[in-house]
Parts: sequence; C-alpha cells; structure tokens
Amino acid sequence: MITVSGPPSSGKTSVIGKTIEALEKKAIELAVIKFDCLSTADELIYEKKGIKTKLGLSGSLCPDHYFVNNIDACFHWGLKENVDILITESAGLCNRCSPHIKGILSVCVIDNLSGCHTPKKIGPMLKFADIVVITKGDIVSQAEREVFAYNVKMVNPKAKILHINGITGQGAAELGRLFLSANDYQNLDDKKLRFTMPAALCSYCLGETMIGKDYHIGNVKNMKL
Amino acid sequence: MEGSWQLKNPYDFLTEMGFDLPDKNQSLDQYLNYIDEDMLEDIGTNKEMIYASYDALHGQLEEESEVKVKSILIKGGFNKDGEKEPLDILLKPGEIVSIVGPTGSGKSRLLADIEWLAQADTPTGRVIVINGILPDESKRYSFDEKLISQLSQNMNFVMDANVEEFIRMHAESRNIKQIDEVLETIIKHANDLAGEPFSLETPLTALSGGQSRALMIVDVAFLSKSPIVLIDEIENAGIDRRKAMEFLVNAEKIILIATHDPVLALMANRRLVIRNGGMYKIIESDESEKKVLEKLEKRDRETQKIRNALRAGQKVQCD
Repeated sequence: MITVSGPPSSGKTSVIGKTIEALEKKAIELAVIKFDCLSTADELIYEKKGIKTKLGLSGSLCPDHYFVNNIDACFHWGLKENVDILITESAGLCNRCSPHIKGILSVCVIDNLSGCHTPKKIGPMLKFADIVVITKGDIVSQAEREVFAYNVKMVNPKAKILHINGITGQGAAELGRLFLSANDYQNLDDKKLRFTMPAALCSYCLGETMIGKDYHIGNVKNMKL
Repeated sequence: MEGSWQLKNPYDFLTEMGFDLPDKNQSLDQYLNYIDEDMLEDIGTNKEMIYASYDALHGQLEEESEVKVKSILIKGGFNKDGEKEPLDILLKPGEIVSIVGPTGSGKSRLLADIEWLAQADTPTGRVIVINGILPDESKRYSFDEKLISQLSQNMNFVMDANVEEFIRMHAESRNIKQIDEVLETIIKHANDLAGEPFSLETPLTALSGGQSRALMIVDVAFLSKSPIVLIDEIENAGIDRRKAMEFLVNAEKIILIATHDPVLALMANRRLVIRNGGMYKIIESDESEKKVLEKLEKRDRETQKIRNALRAGQKVQCD
C-alpha cells in the first residue's frame, strides 16, 4: 500500500495516473482509493483509464479521521481483489492532515505554483513523507524550482524529492520504480500513524450552530488577543 | 520578505515555525526542553524533525560533496520499436549540443534518463555514465535534481518579489555567502542580454519577456549549480542569443538545446537527431553550415536594427 496526499489541486490525481501508466507495462494489478470531502469526479478519471477505483466521501466529518477509520477495510478490499499495489489518495484540506502510516510508503504532492513559502506551512503530510513530488515545474523558472525544492528540503530533509510533470508524465516512471520497491504487507494490524491527526471534539463537532461562549463545550482553544 | 537567514538563531528559527517562546538567546536544546508535546503536536512536528530541519538549514546535513562533472556518457538503449540505438554520445562541459526531432520524438525521455541517471532501468534501457564511472545507487539520490537546470519555454516568473529579493532568495538556497557580489554580476550581465534595462528594484512580474528570459539565463549561468543546462526552445524574445550561449559556455556548463530555431540549432557544434524515441544520429556542424549560420545571424541583426528603430519612433527604409 502507498499513501498519497497533498493540498487540493496540487496534481495528485495526475501524478498517480501518469505513474500507473508508466507501470502498466509491468502487468501489475493496481487500484486507487480516492478520499475526498464533498464531491469529486476524479474516480471517473481513473475509471476512464481502466483503473480499479473506490471513492470515499467524508462529507461533514474530518476527512483525515474518515480516512483512518476506513483504511483497514480498504486494505482488505484490496487483498480480496488481488491488488498488488493499493494507492490511497487524500486531499490535505487543512495542512495539518496526517494520513501517513509507519512502514507504509508515503508520498506528498505539492506544486511549485503554491508559492515558495508554502512548504513551511504544511504539517505532517509533508514533514513525514518518504517522497515529496513537486509538480507544475514547467510553469515556473529554474530558480523558482530550486528555491521551492530547497524549502521542501528544509522542512523534510530526509525525503526523496522528485519533480514530475503531471501533463507529460516526465518523472512518473521514476516514481513508479519507487512504488515497486515499497514494503509489502498482508494486513495493517499493529500499524501506527506517523503523526497524530488534527483533533477536535467540541459542541460544533456534534452539530451546534449557535455562536457564543455558552455553547462552547469540549476541546476548545482560545485565541490570545 | 525575510532578511538573511544564513545564521539563524534558534529563537528566530522556532518562532518562525509558530512557537511562542518566552526569552531569547537560548540554545535549541534548552528551548526543546521547555516546549511540551502538545505544542509540538499543534504545529505538526516533533523534536527529531526540528533537529533535522535546523541542521539542514545550517548546511550540516551530509551536504552534497559538490561532484564536479567532467563528462557524461549516454550509452544507447532502444527506440520505441525496440531497435537498438546505433550510437553513444559523450558530453563535456563548455560544449553546446542541439537536440533536433519532431514533437513527441523522445526528447523528454532522453532528458529524463539523464536526470534519473538511468541504469538500463528506464523504458529506453539507456545507461548514463558520469566521469567514466557508473554512479552507485546511493549517489543517484544525492545528485537528485541538481544535474539538469532547465530553461523552458515559460517566460514568466510567478514569484511575488523584486529582482533583488529573488536573487537573494536563490543565492541563500545555494548557501552562497557573497550575495552582494553575485547581485551585481547578475544584474549587469542580465542587462547586457536584455534590450531594455531593468534594475534590482523592478518587480519580477513587471519584467518584459526578454528581460525575464535574460534574467533566467544569467541566473542559471551564475547561480545554478547543475552542470547541465537544458534549453527548451528559447524564442527570439529580444535577447542576444549568442551572448547568452557564451555566458553558459564560460560557466562550464554542458549545454543541450532542444530547438526548431535554426540559429540556435546551428550554434551547436553537434546535433543529436532523435527519431522514434531513439537517438538516431549525430551531425557535426561543418564550415558550410557555419556560413549558413552567419547568414542567418546577419539577417537577425538587421531585423533587430529595424525593431530598435521602430521602437525609438524612427522611420525605416531599404538600404
């Protein structure tokens, strides 16, 4: 299994699609589980390419919590379907997302256009990834690419950095090669998240809509003003 | 815009990450003793990661031992039909090689093979040999993305900064200490290349196509450490292409130009022809071709003269 995460619109689906294309010649059974929040048409993009896909929409729940509550079942679905490599794709909607699991190859996709300070603003999904894929390099200058990659290196010095063009697929074959060398597991028993997920348990989690101190119950944190 | 962060103290380093610290001038260890797990969790990091980032920032990480590339040999693999490529090509610093072939002929794959230091493990089966030795597996990643700098067709910057801030940021990422000297060199040479002058205070997004291009080229020549420069079709955007090539040659770069522009293609001493996903043949540029180049360049200069005259509000006429 491989977890792929990254901010919305950073190019996760394109990168995964191109990587699968690059792997197709190797006759490997692949499937993608797409986690999203509201609605998405990305599963159609995968299906169009003939890739086995399942879609999970978290709706009003924290997508990260939804992910971790379902990942075990997804893994078993993959086993049942005789999938060799199961890729999970999840959008990091709050930058504090943390879908990576210890021992499971983890990828963070982030794009050059998001601004050169963005790497510093992204939490565990970037900091604790094994591979950082940087996209949209064709739209910026060499120097901007270098500064961006440097800033990624500053927040996650251990990661391998790959540059992939999600449109032409340049670099995707190399990511595919790294996918093939990912650890193999028969189950997710005793596996742990690399980092805690964003926490919340307050009245608003349970549907409260009123504003005001009287309605604040549970895990509440106040701003210093 | 942040100032110089070359010798960032632990206080600034941590507060910038979002930590709220009581007093300045303590060591990183002292701060980390004081910071509790909840605070780390809020910021989405842990102590180990903070130490690693701090070390990386100060270049203490097993910083690349600056591999000097003296030669790159591309050993032929196979084209799209599985036919053996009939040649190997050896590239050396200070040399210009143009790559010609129709769109989709396999140019990007060739460059990706170089970038990845292919060891017969890419679709083409090519092998890349650096300085006469096969790079070992661990080297493959220490070279990562530093091998090729790319000047693509893109002519715009997206960064919201002025020229000086931009150069400083790039120089800092390269751990260069004499930034002021570099600043001066770059702005001077970029102005030599661009038709119209610009200054350190000019916002990047306000640069014209030619000015952006000039700045990108000079920046690659002086600030990018990659030994190979790939130029992907630079149009004649009002920059002096010959001078641009000279900068790169003098910077001891291996220059690959993928182009349909006859002037650029002929500036190279050798042309690598790509066909059907494979390296097909190498053409050495001879005296008669150089004459064609001279002719084209003369025509270019005439066009340039007319362009300048028009820009200056003058009338033009036939000689």
